Amino acid sequence: MSFLRFAARRLVEMAVTLFGASFVVFGAMYLAPGSPASFLLSGRSASPAALQAINEQYHLDDPFLVRYFRWLGQVLQGDFGRSITYRTDVSELLADRLPATLLLVGMALVIVVVIGLALGRLGAVRGGATDSTILVTTTIALGTPSFVAAVLLQGLFAVELGWFPVGGVGDGFGDMLRHLALPALALALYLIGMLARVTRSAMLEALEGEHVTVARSRGVPEREVIRRHVFRNSLGTVLTTGGLIVSTLLVCTILVESAFSIGGIGQLLELSTTTKDFPTVQAISLIIVALFMTVNLIVDLLHPLVDPRVALGPRRSDA
Amino acid sequence: MNALDIQGLRLRLPGTARPVLDGVDLTVAPGETVALVGESGSGKTLTSRTALGLLPSGAAPEGAVLVDGEDVLIMTPDRLRVLRTGQAAMVFQDPRAAVNPLRRIGDFLAESVRLTGTMSAAAADRRAVELLDAVGLGPELLGRYPGQLSGGMLQRVMIAAALMGDPILLLADEPTTALDVTSQAEVVALLGRLRERFGTGLLFVTHDLGLAAAISDRVYVMYAGRIAETGPAAELFARPRHPYTAALLAATPRLAAPAGRLAAIDGQPPDLRQELTGCAFAARCAYATEVCRERTPEPAGEHPAACHHPLEGSHVDV
Amino acid sequence: MSTGLTRRPGLTRRPGLGRLKAARAPLHLICLGFAVLVVLAALLAPWLSPNDPNAVDLGNALAGPSPDHLLGVDTAGRDTLSRLLLGARTSLLGPLGVVVFSTVAGIAVGLAAGWRGGRLDSVLSRSTELVFAFPGMLLAILIVSVYGEGLLAPVVALAIAYLPYVSRLTRSLVLAERTRPYVSAYQVQGHSAPQICLRHVLPNIAPIVLAQSAVNFGYALMDLAGLSFLGLGVPALTPDWGRMVFDGQTAIQHGYPLSAILPCALIVLTVVAFNVVGERWADQVARRSA
Repeated sequence: MSFLRFAARRLVEMAVTLFGASFVVFGAMYLAPGSPASFLLSGRSASPAALQAINEQYHLDDPFLVRYFRWLGQVLQGDFGRSITYRTDVSELLADRLPATLLLVGMALVIVVVIGLALGRLGAVRGGATDSTILVTTTIALGTPSFVAAVLLQGLFAVELGWFPVGGVGDGFGDMLRHLALPALALALYLIGMLARVTRSAMLEALEGEHVTVARSRGVPEREVIRRHVFRNSLGTVLTTGGLIVSTLLVCTILVESAFSIGGIGQLLELSTTTKDFPTVQAISLIIVALFMTVNLIVDLLHPLVDPRVALGPRRSDA
Repeated sequence: MNALDIQGLRLRLPGTARPVLDGVDLTVAPGETVALVGESGSGKTLTSRTALGLLPSGAAPEGAVLVDGEDVLIMTPDRLRVLRTGQAAMVFQDPRAAVNPLRRIGDFLAESVRLTGTMSAAAADRRAVELLDAVGLGPELLGRYPGQLSGGMLQRVMIAAALMGDPILLLADEPTTALDVTSQAEVVALLGRLRERFGTGLLFVTHDLGLAAAISDRVYVMYAGRIAETGPAAELFARPRHPYTAALLAATPRLAAPAGRLAAIDGQPPDLRQELTGCAFAARCAYATEVCRERTPEPAGEHPAACHHPLEGSHVDV
Repeated sequence: MSTGLTRRPGLTRRPGLGRLKAARAPLHLICLGFAVLVVLAALLAPWLSPNDPNAVDLGNALAGPSPDHLLGVDTAGRDTLSRLLLGARTSLLGPLGVVVFSTVAGIAVGLAAGWRGGRLDSVLSRSTELVFAFPGMLLAILIVSVYGEGLLAPVVALAIAYLPYVSRLTRSLVLAERTRPYVSAYQVQGHSAPQICLRHVLPNIAPIVLAQSAVNFGYALMDLAGLSFLGLGVPALTPDWGRMVFDGQTAIQHGYPLSAILPCALIVLTVVAFNVVGERWADQVARRSA
């Protein structure tokens, strides 16, 4: 089928799933014991006036579906409601904190891609002791959750050695880079291990292909053989882990932001969960899910471009 | 000067008791088509690959493999690269595995000459179109992916690619085995035409005796890493001197022959992990005697056969 | 095609660690030994720990190793060794719950979807698609924000989040098994569908699924420890490695890193051990069925 039809179908699938996910996010509130009103207030003053205000604000007297669609309508217009804890619009809170998170995730992504690909390629091409070292380091990296990496890196390079600030986000771009360097590394560590492993095994598989021998037999220089026939052929597999990498980054940023007290939406999610500020929790959850699905969609759309076999469908007559 | 001249090639692999190639002598003159025939494991593919310097890792070679007068076994890597781009080229067995499915046909064709600086991109593309035409394909294929071509077409692309560097030696390793019968016939006819047009020497490796008989000028029969017999094609198939050749011919099913059990050669080729004294075929040969098991026979005569009791004057219906 | 692309590397064979194994003392045996050791420590913790893990002694805060406290104390003067031992219980029990639940439920869903096919399959597949949209920890956080403190909520949430991976694997295995001749043979003999499923198909596919679950154990451990680190998992007073790392952050800032480094090291080593063992098991199973 043509690329446009494929893209359209995936877009529709994503919209449907996103719709379902928003239903889950919205409906989770109603799983709580007790009435939604008391849940929303949880622990705060439960005077009749307050309950009345809550009922009105959230239209809790309306049927469930009406409430859902009203909420959905508002969300689609960018209105995420009001934060119970901070008493401001959730969208304001998000706008304040989103840049820091995006910068952090962006930095981590760059680190993961650059180092992960390089290590995987190095291990596959060199073999021997280099490869064994890389295997050992990636094994350890794959056992190091981001919060452990955060605490250890912070302890060593910030507290002990003082090379980096201990926490916070910083002012201005350069300062922010300095503040986010350690957090980005902590975020990236586990994923470097994963990407290196995936790249390595994809390249090892490509190396065994006959087309590699053929290219060599035609006099193509080894470096070009690796670039055009080994690395290139492993890009498809590597790309498919892209979705997983970004989703892990989005989720682990919650941990790392908390460890380094970076005022991003990750830390905001943690705070709002502990203070039971449910509208904020809903908003951030929805954003993370939407981002995750968007990345998956992009990966799916890029895949045929990277691997022509995927796009072309059934072959013509074969001998 | 011969396009290919293999002299006393002996190849040992780690972990084996006898050399996988044991004293191979083989020549291909310019413009000549030579068939190298044998069953799987005889070493025929390995022999053809040595012409390009493609040795398995850990292999210890002895002897000489001269391509256009130069010994491939002692070449520097740079010189080897030039040889592979220019003087010698191979057509591989399975075109689907040999061509990178993620790159276009035009890219595949021009790759070697462009990346070694032998030709400019424009010149390479022109030559690619010229050669595609020579193999009966149109220039629109340059932009297509291998997945869009049939196996037969892809094999023809491989042949065109092999000719890009204007080689004097073309090696074909079972180029038709992965194809259906119609495509086989096309490819064989094509190779014949190209030989005439471009004057390349062709070493055609196959296990198919009929095919070898149809296209080659001379034939080498190989068994267990050694040349059992060699001679002009027509003569070798009409009057084989080595019992192995005769047995192979007898085992080849023919449409016209009376129906009945297929004749097969009893036994298996000798194991690489065991030492070998005497003639390699002795264990399976109907005419074997003591001397066959003790002394390795040397090929002798005008139509040399490595046998202590070469068959004389026997006729085989080809 | 869409959702298959973006998942955790599942049962991919990794040719790497095999080489290491051959080179020196079998790596997987060491890891297996370590994993067993940790499990034993967790089981025997109440008898092994020298002190009460919750006994606060602020005067002695952040002291180094001493005869009384072999591994030192944390910011509240609590004995690190005892906390590590008892923390092993929570840190291992949670992931165990996640894996057991997700495996059992996942196999059930996968069997039903793969065997029956048709409408049941579509419904189940659509639902698992939906769960796939939620990264595990996010679902857990969402549930915790509703139900509050306690280990049960995040364990159930994570189990639900992991379920689709198990069910999808099971489903594709079942679909493949259904076409095998022995299944038709049993059907012809009059065996009922549940009988065939449980007594014949399940034992054949179980090793592959279980190997995958062993690998999931490590993921669950990291996820739950992370939740505890955020204060969203275990209740405040229960010792837990994740929580200890959080407490350790303050310790580091005061210059006494031991009570932070130890739980970090234990988490990493335990996850690595289970990963290595799980991957080797998956390797062996893949090789046998290939």
